[in-house]
Amino acid sequence: MAELLLRPFAAIGNLTLAGLESMGRAWRMFSSAAVSMRSTDVWMPLLAAQMARVGVASVPIALFIATFTGIVMALQASYSLTGAIPSYFVGTLVGKTMILELGPVLTGLVLAGRVGANISAELGTMRVTEQVDALETLAYDPLAYLVVPRMLAGILMFPVVVLLAISIGIAAGWFTALQLLDMSSVEFVKGLRIYFAPWDVWFAVIKSLSFGAIVTGAGCYCGLQTEGGAEGVGRSTTRAVVAACMIILCLDAFWAAVLL
Amino acid sequence: MSIRLQEVCKAFGPKQVLKGFSLEVRDGETLAIVGPSGSGKSVLLKHVAGLLRPDSGSILVDAYSVPDLGRKELIQLRRRIGYVFQFAALFDSMTVAENVGMGLRRMPGWDAQRIAARVAECLALVDLNGLADRYPAQLSGGQRKRAGLARAIAPSPKFLLYDEPTTGLDPVTTTVIDRLVLRMSDELGVTGLVVTHDMTSAYRVADRITLLHDGRARFTGTPDEVRTAGDEVLRGFVEGNPDLYFGSRRR
Repeated sequence: MAELLLRPFAAIGNLTLAGLESMGRAWRMFSSAAVSMRSTDVWMPLLAAQMARVGVASVPIALFIATFTGIVMALQASYSLTGAIPSYFVGTLVGKTMILELGPVLTGLVLAGRVGANISAELGTMRVTEQVDALETLAYDPLAYLVVPRMLAGILMFPVVVLLAISIGIAAGWFTALQLLDMSSVEFVKGLRIYFAPWDVWFAVIKSLSFGAIVTGAGCYCGLQTEGGAEGVGRSTTRAVVAACMIILCLDAFWAAVLL
Repeated sequence: MSIRLQEVCKAFGPKQVLKGFSLEVRDGETLAIVGPSGSGKSVLLKHVAGLLRPDSGSILVDAYSVPDLGRKELIQLRRRIGYVFQFAALFDSMTVAENVGMGLRRMPGWDAQRIAARVAECLALVDLNGLADRYPAQLSGGQRKRAGLARAIAPSPKFLLYDEPTTGLDPVTTTVIDRLVLRMSDELGVTGLVVTHDMTSAYRVADRITLLHDGRARFTGTPDEVRTAGDEVLRGFVEGNPDLYFGSRRR
């Protein structure tokens, strides 16, 4: 009976221990990866290709999401802002929400699925087929060869993709305002400029830098921790995406509290 | 001795895989470690290459204590060790030539021209001349193993570690691979450590054979000594007789 009562506490304890162990392993991997950055001859030649994979290849999906977000934002703003509120606030709402929140966060979440899953599946497959061990036996540092170029590519390219997404989202909102809401360009731009602060763009850039590190870091960590065959690769891929999405949302709140 | 393991112990969770394994491999010889699947043969090989650390015991390769080496020293030592993986572990995104040249790119003083020449030489040595531009997915099992061997020998290692080099191959391809293992020893003078459960292969390629049983080296001897040994466990394994092999453990 006593054992039955203690079981939930034991489960919580085990979960806590597993979580702390995982955090410790992740910390060790990322600090070792930071040291591995000294091996520039290993990761530098791979960086451009990773930037193309992580950043350039993600542009279409990021712009697709941003376009429809911009359209919906303009329509919903127009629906909500009735009566005493001037219609040019549609531009304000579209601009502010795209720059501060929806551009970085939606893009981050979508890229967690696209980039994080891709990295985790790739490195997980390399792990279970002993390709990571093969790298080591050929005198390569796997962290310098696999982790550093991917994480740097994420950190460098996420802000670019996010800024593009923000621009397209605002443009889509503008186009919607002109075509469907009977607003003029002058009105929309007035709303856009009235509460615009250059710091907002820096805020979006800082957020997307951190999201880039989280998405690629979670993909690398979960991929390299893969055990077992195809099932293990599936598990680590799911774990990478879920972890990246959760951390992105926590970081989003953190940056809002710290920087705004 | 070029490779020496003393009282090596390794456990994964509650499972004790190596329980004080000791072994010496002489310069220039090929030693085969035989034992059933799951007995810890591949684990042992990974310890020699520094891919795993033992819980206790010492591993000396060329007088270097592998578990005590720092990152840089381990990289230096690995340039002298070639590792042939069980399923070749070729990099999927690279051609055969790129795979073979991978280790050479990390060697100081090797330019693209010199690497290309060495890659062609290694591919010729394993009879894969025409397949340099193929991707691993386009190769047969035997061709993959040969490409893996070419990659391992490209940096001219002093030691070659073979992890089940003939597993999953047909008898003819097995003989081809065995001949290549012999050729590496005869022509390149490398010291070989072959892990296998295929006794025919072990007899063919090894100067000495060690049976890994219950985490320890149960028997070590020449192929002739293995054939005539009276050890029940060894007889059980060589003859594929589970009653004899497991019988001693039950008793």
